[in-house]
Amino acid sequence: MSSQPNTSRRNFLKQSLLAGGGLLIGFKLYGAGLAPAGEIENAALAAGSVDFNSFLSIATDGTVTIFSPNPEIGQNIKTSFPMIVAEELDVDWSRVKVVQAALDSSKYERQVTGGSGAIPHSWKRLREAGATARQMLMEAAAKRLKVPVGELSTQNSLVMHKASGRQLGYGELAADAAKLPAPANVKLKDPKDFKLIGKAINNVDNGDIITGKPLYGIDFYREGMLTAMVQRPPAFGMKVKSVDAAAAKAMPGIVDVVRFDDKVAVVGKSTWQVMKARKALKVVYEKGAALESSTDHDRLFKELLDSKEASVRRQDGDVEAAFKRAAKVVKSEYQCPFLPHSPLEPMNFFAHVRADGVELVGPTQTPDRARGVAAQITGIAPEKITVEMTRMGGAFGRRLMADYVEEAVQVSKLAKAPVKVIWTREDDMTGGNYRPAVRYRFEAALDASGNMIGYKLRGVGINAGNPTREHNFPSGSVENLLIDSVEHQSPITTAPWRAPITNFLAFAEQSFIDEVAQAAGKDPVQFRLELMEKAKKSPVGNIGYDIDRMQTVTRMAAEKAGWGKKQGVHQGFSVYYSHRSYVAQVGEVALEGGKPVLKKIYAVSDCGQVVNLSGARQQVIGGIVDGLGHAMYGNMTFREGAPEQQNFNNYRLIRLKEVPEVEIHFVDNGIEPTGLGEPALPPTGAAVANAIFKATSKRMYNQPFLEQDAMKGLSQ
Amino acid sequence: MAIYKLQINGQTYQADVEPDTPLLWVLRDHLGLLGTKFGCGIAVCGACTVHFNDQAVRACVFPVSAVGSASITTIEGLSEQGTHPVQQAWNEVDVAQCGYCQAGQIMTAAALLKRNPNPSTEEIDAGMNGNICRCGTYHRIREAVTLAAAKLK
Repeated sequence: MSSQPNTSRRNFLKQSLLAGGGLLIGFKLYGAGLAPAGEIENAALAAGSVDFNSFLSIATDGTVTIFSPNPEIGQNIKTSFPMIVAEELDVDWSRVKVVQAALDSSKYERQVTGGSGAIPHSWKRLREAGATARQMLMEAAAKRLKVPVGELSTQNSLVMHKASGRQLGYGELAADAAKLPAPANVKLKDPKDFKLIGKAINNVDNGDIITGKPLYGIDFYREGMLTAMVQRPPAFGMKVKSVDAAAAKAMPGIVDVVRFDDKVAVVGKSTWQVMKARKALKVVYEKGAALESSTDHDRLFKELLDSKEASVRRQDGDVEAAFKRAAKVVKSEYQCPFLPHSPLEPMNFFAHVRADGVELVGPTQTPDRARGVAAQITGIAPEKITVEMTRMGGAFGRRLMADYVEEAVQVSKLAKAPVKVIWTREDDMTGGNYRPAVRYRFEAALDASGNMIGYKLRGVGINAGNPTREHNFPSGSVENLLIDSVEHQSPITTAPWRAPITNFLAFAEQSFIDEVAQAAGKDPVQFRLELMEKAKKSPVGNIGYDIDRMQTVTRMAAEKAGWGKKQGVHQGFSVYYSHRSYVAQVGEVALEGGKPVLKKIYAVSDCGQVVNLSGARQQVIGGIVDGLGHAMYGNMTFREGAPEQQNFNNYRLIRLKEVPEVEIHFVDNGIEPTGLGEPALPPTGAAVANAIFKATSKRMYNQPFLEQDAMKGLSQ
Repeated sequence: MAIYKLQINGQTYQADVEPDTPLLWVLRDHLGLLGTKFGCGIAVCGACTVHFNDQAVRACVFPVSAVGSASITTIEGLSEQGTHPVQQAWNEVDVAQCGYCQAGQIMTAAALLKRNPNPSTEEIDAGMNGNICRCGTYHRIREAVTLAAAKLK
């Protein structure tokens, strides 16, 4: 099949068709007799299935199989992608079977889960895939019924000729239809005719989830497969000096101990035997780089905030002059710690390195990267490497990294066996790739009437890259502005973490705007709206957000929450643009026994067209709970390079009792869908912190909130 | 190594393992019952929750040698087809995001409703608080337990 980069859509669909004929791309059975076949099974399509394109095939019995190419981490893509195809195909949803596709770069363009980008990227492609097949079915029906195609319509897996009352099922037409040339420029539905899109549709994997079917990478077992665990250095900056594996090797069930990089892997027949033998390893480590402590970082942050050298991210007007003529200056600093991702399914991956190829199975947000690292390690050509994506027990950005895939490949190569590498929770939490720790300094200059005439933001991050989003609000609304950043390179590894950078930046910015509004003597919502209005009427420089959409969610959230009209609760406001979507939130805090207690969070999201209302609500609620939990409790600290938290006993995740009531709304504006896996998280911290301030006059400058003086002794 | 005869989901299983092997790894590695999940390994997240004579226990720290003749129920044994009221409620409320913790949540909820068929909101909160959901499906978990309780009436 062609893999030319510039394959046009029409050719792409056509080529897929030619390559079709009911073939199923290489799925393997789970379990090999150990367990019932799980979701990647799909041992066979229904009898007589024909492929229409990369996304769907139809069987003679009318069963439609829709392939979902993107990795599923809980963002519900495996339900919402097929819904989009099914909508345009006009198919009976109850007869749709959804199959997770394996990595196939010749068929799919973006098999990645990250950046809340799947739906925006694939929206049109998926609609066209469904609509093209529908058109082909109609043309086949026109031939068979000997009527012009224009007289036909479709509904619920049927092509109908209303004039004569005749109808044909998709299954009866599939074989003929699939032989027709794929039409170009097919007409897509008018959104007002959507029957599935916008509805609440249950997760297609619910049946398997509630009955405990083996869906996840950690559930992958195969006859002859070995299990491995990897001993990594106990601190960032340490390296292996010597290894004595004799005792470990002699333990029951242990097959091999292999060493690569600064890692030692124990390979054996069962998980528990490997876990025990690992404890018998005698590894001596030595210092290889700086062994940094969190106290070093605290000091470093303060030094670097005053650094003479910074990367300028954005500069408008003359910021120094503005601060000189200011009637009032507001200056604050905000800091956040490192955070582990903590997906509940620990890192794991299966690899089988053979002489003629590599088989990879497991949880990855970037299967293409997994294939790349396997090719690099083994020298085997990428075409000979297969990657099957399992459903993931969460990811939150962690599985964008391929370190654990590399380990599986290395161990399989060295042990010359099919191997599944599993991490313990402690491995997962202490294994690096954290959300970077960052400190921000904000300064605002106000004139005598409370107008913001100058704005400065400096971000200092540890392996954070650019910790600012320089074209985001309030940029565009301030004549004189300077945004810059300083980076410290550390042996402590970092990675994208759900809503990278903005997961903390939004808290800091939206808290600081609150401070500025207060200093200006203005209502926080009104103050934000005035800034947005100013950016609209007299924009300064590049504006990276849609002001109207931001104003709409701001006004709507204030209205839904009864902003400023309530007795007995203290409200805090926050609004943020990220991943192409807009979310405004209002937090409500009550004082109980003098202590602030979070009662409710309102959220208004503009993600354009909602695809699956159930999944969309999940992403917003989940984002809020995630944002709240980590703002409140999350803290990862280090002592001489060693993580001081190792498991959920000393690293706190939010629990059921700690979630407040949540009320969510979507803006219905008919705009093409934008991201939703991340955008609801960033605003939460500030909505809560601003409400706490309103209630207690205490500002949360650092996360986690629970460790701030104002919150000491609180149960929430 | 020793041979253990285990009563699981109404069947007798046999495993030849070391006595300190946690029930979790016997289920997963030796018996192919993969619905019970590994989350923390120290009994604080609840992903590995199973029933030990109707009582919810954490399989990740429960040595196989302590099981004896007790009757163990895993998610696979709650009902094969997902017809148990708790499973039905979990489907109807569409609780799962990633779904990884949900077997443990369902087993905890089923044990809770067995000993208290009509729990108050506070009792649901207290009963479910030991199970972590990293995706934050807590609101729907509450709703699903309430729905399951209604179904049991």
